[in-house]
Parts: sequence; structure tokens; C-alpha cells
Amino acid sequence: MLKINNLHASIEDKAILKGINLEVKAGEVHAIMGPNGSGKSTLASVIAGKEEYEVTEGNILLEGEDIEELAAEERAHKGVFLSFQYPIEIPGVSVTNFIKTAINETRKAKGLEDMPAKDMLKMIREKSELLEIDRKFLSRSLNQGFSGGEKKRNEIFQMAMLEPKLAILDETDSGLDIDALRIVANGVNKLKSKDNAVIVITHYQRLLDYIVPDFVHVLHNGKIVKSGGKELAHELEAKGYDWIKEEVNA
Amino acid sequence: MSLKEKLVSSFMAFEDTVDVHSSVHDIRTEAIKTFEAEGFPSKRQEDWKYTSLNSILKHDYSVFPKNENALEFKDIKKYFIHEIDSYKIIFIDGKYSSHLSQTTHDGLDVCLMSAALTKPKYKVIIDNYFNKIAKKDGLSSLNTAFSMEGAYINIPKNKVVEKPIQIIHFSTGNEAAVMLQPRNLIVVNENSHVQIIERHQSLTDNPVLTNSVTEIFANKRAIVDYYKIQNDRQSASLIDNTFINQKQESLAKVHTFSFGGKLIRNNLEFYQNGERIDSTMKGITIIGDKQHVDHNTLVHHIEPNCESHQDYKGIFDDSSTGVFNGKVVVEKLAQKTNAFQANNNILISDKASINTKPQLEIFADDVKCSHGCTIGQLDESAMFYLRSRGIPEKEARALLMFAFSNNVLDSVKIPEIKNRITKIIANKLGVNIGFDL
Repeated sequence: MLKINNLHASIEDKAILKGINLEVKAGEVHAIMGPNGSGKSTLASVIAGKEEYEVTEGNILLEGEDIEELAAEERAHKGVFLSFQYPIEIPGVSVTNFIKTAINETRKAKGLEDMPAKDMLKMIREKSELLEIDRKFLSRSLNQGFSGGEKKRNEIFQMAMLEPKLAILDETDSGLDIDALRIVANGVNKLKSKDNAVIVITHYQRLLDYIVPDFVHVLHNGKIVKSGGKELAHELEAKGYDWIKEEVNA
Repeated sequence: MSLKEKLVSSFMAFEDTVDVHSSVHDIRTEAIKTFEAEGFPSKRQEDWKYTSLNSILKHDYSVFPKNENALEFKDIKKYFIHEIDSYKIIFIDGKYSSHLSQTTHDGLDVCLMSAALTKPKYKVIIDNYFNKIAKKDGLSSLNTAFSMEGAYINIPKNKVVEKPIQIIHFSTGNEAAVMLQPRNLIVVNENSHVQIIERHQSLTDNPVLTNSVTEIFANKRAIVDYYKIQNDRQSASLIDNTFINQKQESLAKVHTFSFGGKLIRNNLEFYQNGERIDSTMKGITIIGDKQHVDHNTLVHHIEPNCESHQDYKGIFDDSSTGVFNGKVVVEKLAQKTNAFQANNNILISDKASINTKPQLEIFADDVKCSHGCTIGQLDESAMFYLRSRGIPEKEARALLMFAFSNNVLDSVKIPEIKNRITKIIANKLGVNIGFDL
């Protein structure tokens, strides 16, 4: 599904990613953990196509295709989805209108007609129930005045609507109370299949109790310094990140 | 011969076509003298510092269109809000088109200025209202001097006019260049309610200059909803002078949607002559190329306990330029005034510019007045957010721009107008997405 080879990326000439190698196969869940400033969010943004970052070396292959030259929307059309750590507030655009536009623009890019309004409504109903989202919420301006939990649920609702092949959840657990965390994780788990893959980026192990990863990678100073199974997450939770840093520096 | 000289010398020819013994003619004669003395405004005048008329005054305009031109409804239907039943006062090259119009005298007058200015039965209204609040500056005086045709609307007491009234001026382009001086008079009496839509539309790329004057009288507890749709070709320029006199507890709202034309200057003035008056003016300006739109507003708070609300959004692309000059005067007597003004702008291109200038002159001490203007760019993080969801750059930009100007549409009470404006905006931004919110 996703293959990242020796990826180097920088912003304003400051190198952030310094040689990432990662392979994610369909049906897998990967967790990327690491201390603050290690490059986790940068990795997510670079995969999703944020233009401020410059890839200086290496490449990103999505189903064998190098996506570096593709714009963010083209990557989305190919099935990449990024759940934002800090979803943007957009006054004046309702959640419903936003998601409708996103779906129909994606369909347009694939040469398909707009989704019939009836099907759209049905899908919105189903997916909002999955995320326990109130219908009234959908007519509000996108993320404006939403609580932290509402914003994250709204991200996963969009993921449910867009049915991506590769979903990257960037710190989706931050700002969530335990109930919201459960709802979000439950949503992600229901959307998981053998045909898609999920990358969970998190600072804490908490979310991984609910979304159980097949692999855990530790990112430090722009590189993956350690990979393992789900038990690695527990080890990190218990021991913190310092021992990793020491191991690396040794 | 300059345009000014041409206009002044044409006045004698104009006099041959009108009754020189009427009281209106004295007003016209006075007005041409004012125009002769003042001429067209120049950038040396404070109010015209950022708007130069030079480029549009250089054409050799025909000041009295010679031909009677006709148009078929099917060819121009798209310029009407045709989805609704409405009264229509339609002009082609400054001449009334009975064929396209739908007027009435049934319990209200929705008809022609030329009739009102000449027929005895309208004399009292004309004497009481005509040219009573129009400014006596060069441009308005020029219009007054040649005032003959336009819309005349008189709504008696206690009348809610269900059907909106559309006033549309078409220019056929059958002459090389045309200057038009439409003159509208709208009197809305006690407890009455009227909705008006005004549009100027040229049909070819021959230059058109319209210098329009509209006087509106909202009497006690009257409600006036006025919509100006400015989406003309880039060969057409418009100077719109609108003056509104309000009596106690009246409500007047003007929405100005400026998307097209080469140069647009909106002089919009409200005079509050009574208590508990509400004056609202809102606008969306979206322009590009070398277009220029100037909103010059005035609210004159004369008596206590009144409100005014101004909300103008502007989006400027390419080398377009915008001006917002919003003046609020609060007289000493006008205690407990609430006056709000907002002007928010987005510059899409490095070459676009906006000059925004709030001007508050407050002589009362117990008032709430606020103003705020912003100039910014589109939020790049919002752009990435939308694009990461599969919305292409152009559509994402359009969605953000629409969202930015959207709240101006909240107060549009006719859904068909809202839909039309939404479509014009989508078209203007070159996208085919529904902004249905």
C-alpha cells in the first residue's frame, strides 16, 4: 500500500525528516510514536502533500506510484486521508456541504457523476450514527466552536465518508476524554478492513489500547530508530522515551 | 469638446423635449448650473482620492440615444430574477420598454418617472419629494438636470407589496458609446413594505456610462429592502447615487453585490429623521482584472435611539482595486445611537489593492459606535485542509471566498436572489460547486 524510502524532508531549509523507511501493507495498522519534535506530524503532512515541506531525498510510493509530484487533492483522490491534529475552523462552510463537496470532487476526479442526493443523505446518516454525531451538528460551520472531542469525531466522520485506502491519524487522541476516545477508536476499528491501512501517530500509548497496532515505530530526530510489535508501545509508556534516545546516542 | 462641455451644451436641446414651464424645470436649470460650476469630481477631492473617472470620461458618449431599440425577453431572461412573480420597470438604452415591463396603478404606483414628472396627478408627490434628498454635487446635479426617465414607485399606507419590483436598464450597444442618467423616485408610506431589485446590464462591449440617482423615502414604520446586482460587462461603468430618507421606526436595507463592470462607484447615503430607525447596508464585492469598485457610504444619525449596520466584504484578484469609505455622523441630539461598521477584505493577488477608510464623526456622548476593517489573504492552512479532503485548489479557494462573504447573504430575504448571487459568485470564481449551506 505505502512504501517510504529514505525520505528526507525540510521546511524553510531546516531538515526535519532525515531518512525514513516504512512499509505499510493493506490490512495493517501501524503506530508511529516518539517524543515532541521528532517529526511525527511532519511525516503525516508530507505524505498528505502539504506544500510547505520540501522532499529533498527519497520517495513515497502509494500502491507502487511515486506521489511526490501530486497535489494534496490528487493524493486524496488516490485514497490518502489525514486526520488533522488541529482541524481548521472554517466559518461559513457547513460540515454537510464540506463533505458533499469533498465526495463529489473526488468522484469528479475519477470521472464519476455526483453522488445522488438520496444516497448522500443515507450515507451521512449511517456514518454520523457510527460516530454518534448529532444531526444538528452537521449543519454547523466546519469545526467552528467545536470542542476538542467534536473536532476529532468530525475528522473520523469525514474519514468514514471518504473511505480512504490509507488513513493517517495525527494525534487523534489529543484533547479527547475517555468516552470520546472510545467513540473515535470504535469508528476507526469499524472502518478497518483487509483492503485499507491505518497509520496512528500518537505521543501516548492510550489510544493503542483501543486501536491495536500490528507494528509500532519510534521516531526520533527525523528517523525511525526502533520498530516492534504492540508491546513496544507498552514499554514506551512505562519507560518514557529517554532510554530510546540514550540507545540511539550510544 | 470635453464630455462636460458636451453635456452642458446638450442641455438646450434637452429643453426642447420637455415642458420648460414646470417647477421641475426650474430644478433642472439650477442643476445644470451646479454641474457647470462643479463638473466631474477629480482625485483632488477627498471623497474621490482613490477613484479616478478619467478613463471612463474620455469616450465620446452619445447623451441622448437616438434609436428606439427592442429586445426579446427570451434573449435577456437570464438578467431577470425570473423565477419569481414581480413587477418590472425595464428600460432599453434609457427608453422605457412597455413590452418588457409589468407596471401597475392598482392600489400602488409602479410606473415611470417620465409620467410622474409630466402628469398633473403626480404633482403633489413630485413637489414634496423630487430632488429633496439628492446631493447637490456635480454628478447628482448632472443627473437632475437631465432627469426624465427611470422608475417611479409610490406605495400608499399600510400596504405590503408581495411582489418584488425589478428595475433593469439594458444597453444594446447599438450606438458606439452611451451615457445614461436614470432617475428613480421611491416613496414608501407608513407601515408599508417593498422589495426592489435593481440592475444595469449592457449587452455588447461598447462603452456605457450610467450616472444614476435614486431617492428613497421610507416614511414612518416603512420597510424598504433594496438589492443592487452589479454584474455588468467590463465595458460598462456605473456611478450609483442612492439617497435614503428615513422617518421614525422605519427600516431600510440595501444590499449591493458588485462583481462586474469596469468602474463602479456607489454613493449610498442614509438620513435618519426620526427615532428608532434602523439602517442596514451590506455588500459583497468580488472583482479581478483591472476592475474598480468604490463604496462610499454615509449614515447620518440625527435623532436618538437609532441603529445602523454596515457590513462589506471584498475579494480582489489580479490588478483590481477597491475602496471603502464609510462615514458615520452622529449628531449631538442622537443619543443612544448604535452604529456598527465592518469592512473585511481579501487580496488574492499581489497587484490587487484596497483602500479602506472608516470615518466617524460623533458629537453625542452616549453612543455605541464600532468599526473594524481587515485586509488579509486566504488562510493557507485552511486551503491545505480542504485540499487534503480531495477538494481541488480552485474549488477550495472558491469555497473559502464564498464562506468569507457568506454572512452578507444571511439577510437576503428573497431565496431566489440568494440563489442567483450564489450562482454568480460560483461563475465568477470559475467553479461549479453548490454553495448550498
